[in-house]
Amino acid sequence: MTQPHFPGGRCWVLGDDINTDYLAPGPYMKFGIDVIAQHCLKDVDPCFASQVRAGDLVIAGSNFGAGSSREQAVEVLRHLGVRCVIAQSFAGLFYRNGFNLGLPLLQGNTQSCGLATGDQAQLDLQSAKLSWGQAGRQSLQCTPIPAHLLQLVQDGGLVPHLHKRLARERAQSPQREQP
Amino acid sequence: MGQTLAQKLVARACGARQVQPGEIVTCKVDLAMMHDSGGPRRLQPHLEKLGVGVWDPERIVVVTDHYVPATDAASQRIVHIARDWVREHGIRHFYDEQGICHVVTPQHGHIRPGMFAVGGDSHSCTGGAFGAYMFGIGATEMLGVVVTGEIWLRVPHSIAHVWTGKLPDGVSAKDMVLYACTRFGMDGGQYEAIEFQGEAVQALSMNERMTLSNMAAELGAQVGLIAPDDTTCRWLLDAGVAPQALAHWPQWHGDADAPYLERHIMDASSLQPQVSAPGSPAQAEPASVFGQERIDIAYIGACTGAKLEDLRMAARVLQGHKVAQGTQLLVAPASAKDQRLAAEDGSLGILVEAGAVLLPNSCGACAGYGSNTFAENTNAITTTARNFKGRMGAASSRVFLASPYTVAASAVTGYVTDPREVMA
Repeated sequence: MTQPHFPGGRCWVLGDDINTDYLAPGPYMKFGIDVIAQHCLKDVDPCFASQVRAGDLVIAGSNFGAGSSREQAVEVLRHLGVRCVIAQSFAGLFYRNGFNLGLPLLQGNTQSCGLATGDQAQLDLQSAKLSWGQAGRQSLQCTPIPAHLLQLVQDGGLVPHLHKRLARERAQSPQREQP
Repeated sequence: MGQTLAQKLVARACGARQVQPGEIVTCKVDLAMMHDSGGPRRLQPHLEKLGVGVWDPERIVVVTDHYVPATDAASQRIVHIARDWVREHGIRHFYDEQGICHVVTPQHGHIRPGMFAVGGDSHSCTGGAFGAYMFGIGATEMLGVVVTGEIWLRVPHSIAHVWTGKLPDGVSAKDMVLYACTRFGMDGGQYEAIEFQGEAVQALSMNERMTLSNMAAELGAQVGLIAPDDTTCRWLLDAGVAPQALAHWPQWHGDADAPYLERHIMDASSLQPQVSAPGSPAQAEPASVFGQERIDIAYIGACTGAKLEDLRMAARVLQGHKVAQGTQLLVAPASAKDQRLAAEDGSLGILVEAGAVLLPNSCGACAGYGSNTFAENTNAITTTARNFKGRMGAASSRVFLASPYTVAASAVTGYVTDPREVMA
C-alpha cells in the first residue's frame, strides 16, 4: 500500500474547552495579529506559539473555541500556519468564524484516536479523513464539511467570497459601479 | 405540528412560511449591533478594499464599551476609528462611552419582539430576552452583514428550559443560569436555540430576563429566547418604543405542540444561591459550599451583572453594612442610564456608603482588555459571565461567579457567603 499523497503536518494535541481567551488573550487584543499570535495558548502550552509550524494540525477535545466572538482566536491559528483544527466538538460561534476566515474545522472522535503531540498525520480535507502511523494505517474519519462551507474555505474565507459576489453584481448592473 | 419561537422568528427573517430545523436559509438582518473592539476597526480596512458602503446606516448600532475609557494610545486609536467610522457612514445610532452594548442598545429601543438581529459580541444573545432572534457573530461575518444586509443560518432545533415555581428571596436569574450551565455543560446548548419558559421566567423583570438570555452564550446556545409579554412591552414603551412597533408581539411564542429537541423542567422554588468555582461557569454549587474562600475583590460589573436591577439587588444586601476589611468592592454599572437611575432611587448611595469604589460604565475587567484586571493570586467573586483561567487578569487569579446578592454578601463578610445570611 502506498502512502497517500495528502499534505502532512505535526499534531498538537490539546484538551477540552480550549476557549477564545486562551487563543487570543484579552490584554493583547488591542494589538495586531502578529503580537496576539505570540501569546496564543500561553496559559495552556507555553511552547505552542513559538514552536508551531506552517502545516501543523491542532487536535482537540470538546467545545473548542468556547467563549468570545473575537475572531482573532481563529486568525492567530491561521497566522501561525495551522492548517486545520480537528476537534470532538466546536463552539458554534467559533465554528462560523473559522470558515469565515478560511480555517477549515473538522468534527471527529478525537478523544479515542490515540494521537499524541508531535505525531505526523496526513489530512484529506475533501473526504475529511486524517491518517497517520506506518503507511497511514491508522485513521480518523471526521464528519465531511458541508458543501457551502467547503466552498467558503476554498475561496479563502468570506472576504474573498464577498469580492466575488460584488464583482458579479457589478457586472450585472454597471450603474452600481463606483465612480 | 406547531412551531417553536425560533422557527417562527427565522421563518419571518428568511421570508418563508415555515422552516425546519437543519435547513440552511438566508435571513435579512433587521439590526446589526457592534462595539469598538470587534466593529469599525475590523470592518474599515475591508470595506475600503471592497469599495462599498454599508447596506443601511439606520439598521446599524455602534457602541464604545471595550476600550473605554481609553487608557493608552492603542486603545485611543481603536475608539477614534469607531467615532470617525460612524460619521463617515452616516450612522446615527452611536452610543459613545454610555455603557455596554447589550444594555445600551435595548435601552434605546433598538431591539423589539419579532426582530432578527446580530451583534459583534458573543453576549448578543441578550437580545433574546425581548423575543428577538439575536446572536453573536465575528467581525468578518459582520462585514458580510453590513455589506449585504443578509446572513446564512442553519435553522436551529429548540431546547426548552422550563422553570416552575417561584424563586426564593435572595435567589435570582444568575443563580438559575449558573445552575443550568452546570447541569447541562457549556456545550449543553449545542448551538441550538434555548427557549426559557415557565412561571418563574414569566415572573422575572426585564433586567433579570436579560441575565438569563445573556448567559445562553455560556450554555453554548446560539440564542436564548423568551416569549414577549406585558413585562416586555411595558419595558420597551418606557424605553421610548412606539406602541405600533409592539402591535404584533402576541404571535411570538413557541407553540405547545412544537417539536422541542429537549425539554428540561427545573424547580425555581428549591434553588439555592449558586457560586461557580474558578475555571468555568459550569462548576456551580450552593454558595455555602465555598464558605472557606477568602475574597480580595468583590466585583459587580458587566452586561451580565451590573444592570439597574443588579445594582438594586446588591444595595438590598449592603444596606446598613460595610465592606469587610481587606476586601475591595468594585462596581462598574452597566450603563450611564442604570447608574443615574440607581443614584435616583438611592441604591448607588447605599453601595458607596458601604465602601464600594465606582468604575466607568464599560466592560472593564470582565473582558480582561484593559484597566482593573486582577493581579497575581487575587481571589475574586464577580457578577460577570465567564471565569476562564486568566480571562479577567493574571492566570493565577481565581474568579468565582455569582449573583449580585451573593457578591454583595461576600463583600460584607470577606468570604464567599450565601446572601440570605446577610439579608435581614
